[in-house]
Amino acid sequence: MSAAVPAPHTHRDPEVSRIGMWLFLLTEMLLFAGCFLAYAVFRVRYSGDFHFAAQELNLSLGLVNTLVLLTSSLTMVLAIAAMEQGRAGRAAAWTGATIALGAVFLVVKGFEWAAKFRHGIYPNSPALAAAHTPGEQVFYGLYYTLTGLHALHVVIGMVVLAVMLVFVLRAARSAEGEGPGALADRLENAGLYWHLVDVIWIFLFPLFYLIS
Amino acid sequence: MENRVHIPAGHVLTVWASLLVLTAVTVTVAGLHLGSFSVFTAIAIAAVKASLVLLFFMRLKVEPVIFRVMLLAAAATITVIMALTFADVAFR
Repeated sequence: MSAAVPAPHTHRDPEVSRIGMWLFLLTEMLLFAGCFLAYAVFRVRYSGDFHFAAQELNLSLGLVNTLVLLTSSLTMVLAIAAMEQGRAGRAAAWTGATIALGAVFLVVKGFEWAAKFRHGIYPNSPALAAAHTPGEQVFYGLYYTLTGLHALHVVIGMVVLAVMLVFVLRAARSAEGEGPGALADRLENAGLYWHLVDVIWIFLFPLFYLIS
Repeated sequence: MENRVHIPAGHVLTVWASLLVLTAVTVTVAGLHLGSFSVFTAIAIAAVKASLVLLFFMRLKVEPVIFRVMLLAAAATITVIMALTFADVAFR
C-alpha cells in the first residue's frame, strides 16, 4: 500500500448508540404499559375474580423464574464487564450462561403453560367459557397475553445474545476484527435489552402470582 | 474514548443479593393477606427492584443526565395515560 492511502477511519460513538437503544427500550416500555393499563382497569372491575384466578397460578414456578431471570441479569453484567477488560473468553462464558438461564426460564414457563392447558385453561377454551366467570376469563386472557409477549421478548433476547456470542467467541479466538472496546459497546446494548426483559418480569410476577 | 465511571463488581453482587432479598420480602408480605395494602406493597417493592436494575445493571446511575430525562419523560407519559384512563373508568 502506498503511503498516500489514508488509514480507514471508523467512527464510533457508543453513547449515542446507547441513546438509540434506550429510545427503543422506551417504546417497549410503552407497549407493556398499555397491557398493564388493561390489567389495571379489569382488575378494578373484576377484583374478586382476579383474586380467585390468581390463586390457581403456580407461585413456586413463578418464584423460580423470578430468581432465574434476576440471576441472568447478573451474568449479563459480568459478561459486559469481562468484555470491557478485554477478556473475551470469560465474556463468552457469561454470555453463554445468560442464554442458558433464558432457556431455563422458557422451559419452566412451558411446564407452567402445559399444566394450565391440561386443565383446559387456554384462551377461548370451552372449559374456560363454561366453568369460569367473565372476570376469570379476562384474567387468563391477560395472563397469556402478557406472559406470552414477555416470553417472546426472552426468545428475541436469546437470539440477540446468541449472535453476540458468535462475535465474542471470534474475538476470543483471534486478536483480529473489531477491538474489544467496540464489541463491549455492542454487548452492552444487547445487555440493555436483556435487562429490560428482566424489569418487565419484575412487574409481571407480583401482578399475576402475588395478588391473591 | 469516553471516560465512563464503572460500577464495581462488588456493588453489582450486592444489588443482585438485594434483588433476591426483596423477592423473598414481596412473597412473604403477599402471604400475610393484608388486603389492599398487599397490592400497594407488591407494586412498591417491584418499583424498588426495577429501579435497582435500571440504575445499576443498566447503569443509569453513571450515564449522562439525558438518559434519566428520557426515562422520566416516558414514565411521565405512562403516568398521564394511566391517570386519564382511571379518571374516565372510575367515574362511569
